[in-house]
Amino acid sequence: MTAREWLLSDTPQSRSQARMGRLYGGWLTFTGNRLAMVGLGIVVALMLMALLAPLIATHHPFAQDLANRLQPPSAANWFGTDQYGRDIWSRVVYGSRLTLYIVLLVALTAPVAGLLIGTISGYLGGWTDIVLMRITDVFLAFPKLILALAFVSALGPGIENAVIAIAITSWPPYARIARAETMTIRNSDFISAVRLQGASPTRIILGHVIPLCTSSLIVRVTLDMAGIILTAAGLGFLGLGAQPPLPEWGAMISTGRQYLLDQWWVATLPGIAIFVVSLGFNLLGDGLRDVLDPKN
Amino acid sequence: MTQAMIGIEDLDVTFGYGAATVHAVQNVTFQVKPGESFGLVGESGSGKSTVLRAMSGLNPDWSGNVSLDGQTLGRQRDKAFYKRCQMVFQDPYGSLHPRHTVDRILAEPVAIHGLGDADKRIDRTLREVGLGPQFRFRFPHQLSGGQRQRVAIARALILEPRVLLLDEPTSALDVSVQAEILNLLKRLRAEHGLTYILVSHNLAVVAYMCDRLAVMNRGRVVEELDVESLRRGQAQQDYTRQLLLASQGYDRAVADSFKDFA
Repeated sequence: MTAREWLLSDTPQSRSQARMGRLYGGWLTFTGNRLAMVGLGIVVALMLMALLAPLIATHHPFAQDLANRLQPPSAANWFGTDQYGRDIWSRVVYGSRLTLYIVLLVALTAPVAGLLIGTISGYLGGWTDIVLMRITDVFLAFPKLILALAFVSALGPGIENAVIAIAITSWPPYARIARAETMTIRNSDFISAVRLQGASPTRIILGHVIPLCTSSLIVRVTLDMAGIILTAAGLGFLGLGAQPPLPEWGAMISTGRQYLLDQWWVATLPGIAIFVVSLGFNLLGDGLRDVLDPKN
Repeated sequence: MTQAMIGIEDLDVTFGYGAATVHAVQNVTFQVKPGESFGLVGESGSGKSTVLRAMSGLNPDWSGNVSLDGQTLGRQRDKAFYKRCQMVFQDPYGSLHPRHTVDRILAEPVAIHGLGDADKRIDRTLREVGLGPQFRFRFPHQLSGGQRQRVAIARALILEPRVLLLDEPTSALDVSVQAEILNLLKRLRAEHGLTYILVSHNLAVVAYMCDRLAVMNRGRVVEELDVESLRRGQAQQDYTRQLLLASQGYDRAVADSFKDFA
């Protein structure tokens, strides 16, 4: 029996085989989508870049060389140099760490909070629902970047505070999605069945409702990654995110914009990096949507 | 007379408020003896499933008296109630969690009630409903309708209840599979001494499965009779006779003669 047959078996012999088989089926669907594979490639490349930054970078990201400032791309400086003579390629490479850090922290906090609030609200209904959803409405009523700006200026500029601000402003849509999903699930027979077994609301929400909400949420989060990167870059651009000399891509664009007409590479190359990574996450999200669609 | 296993007295269920109130069940009273199989029949919307849902604890908006094994039941049920009274749903495609394996579905009630020994219980129950161990780690989408309904029955049985509430357990299934499931339910009742309430619109199913039945129309019990009289067609009420006629297949002359019983 080959590994493939074992994975695709109709009669799994154990819990782990059933789970692995399911994952493998999803993987087969995913690999069938070429664009999604491109997206996965970009995201994996971003992770490798962040992990192996010291090996990939040709210079230290903070090393200044004022004699060499604002040089165009060349063999020595692949992406050229900025106004302090720092190597832009190395700064972009190290900047991937910051981007990944922001994206991961936001992805681990906002969707989890939104998922809990949304499922509790949708499952319990009544007053709980009203109170939680009105709080959500308050957050939804502000434009995301404006609210993030307000939080960052209150907390003080810095990358951690930017992450907190982005997380605080991005959970409400997740709560809404999770609530809507929960409301379609909560009256189904399999929820009635587990209620009739005497399960507590906590058990039902955690074990039965959340697993069905996560797939649409994962898709939404991947599609939002681009937005998160852009918000972080926007905060960096306004000087409220990562502080100099950190090589955050948005901050790099911000300083490069003064030289945009004569030394286009200073602002453009970090911009292309943001564009490629956002595109990668969007393509990945599209592919995941096909795999995780609960209707399949 | 032995004490009733299930007693329902003056059960009233309403939905909605004010002008939009729907009186789904009115003054329903019946008793089911231990080990008996009791049928609730009626056309769609007659309130038979609503009676079952009020009995099971799924719908708390009722008034009247409901008792199980002599104990009066409140609107909120406790674990001890769920241990003794389980339900099988109509649609086996909707009653199993799509992301849980059969194993997980059956392990859940064992964990909730802290019964322990989950492995043995699951194996034994699967065998009882005629599914081999090869089904244990499958997902519902890898099962046929009949197999799913067997899993649903196993899920109800694993708590070793005394009462099973059956909400049209075969109407979503293929005709050939229906017979298998009915035979399974019949055998399980004999083996475990279960008490059944079977809701169905199919008189043949009720005649096969039940000892006694109540006919419902517009939220009221029209008539209670035993299966022998049903087979002989000795119904007292016009509505029941009409239902019997309707169940014998479509006939234009008969259909034209039908009345609306308000």
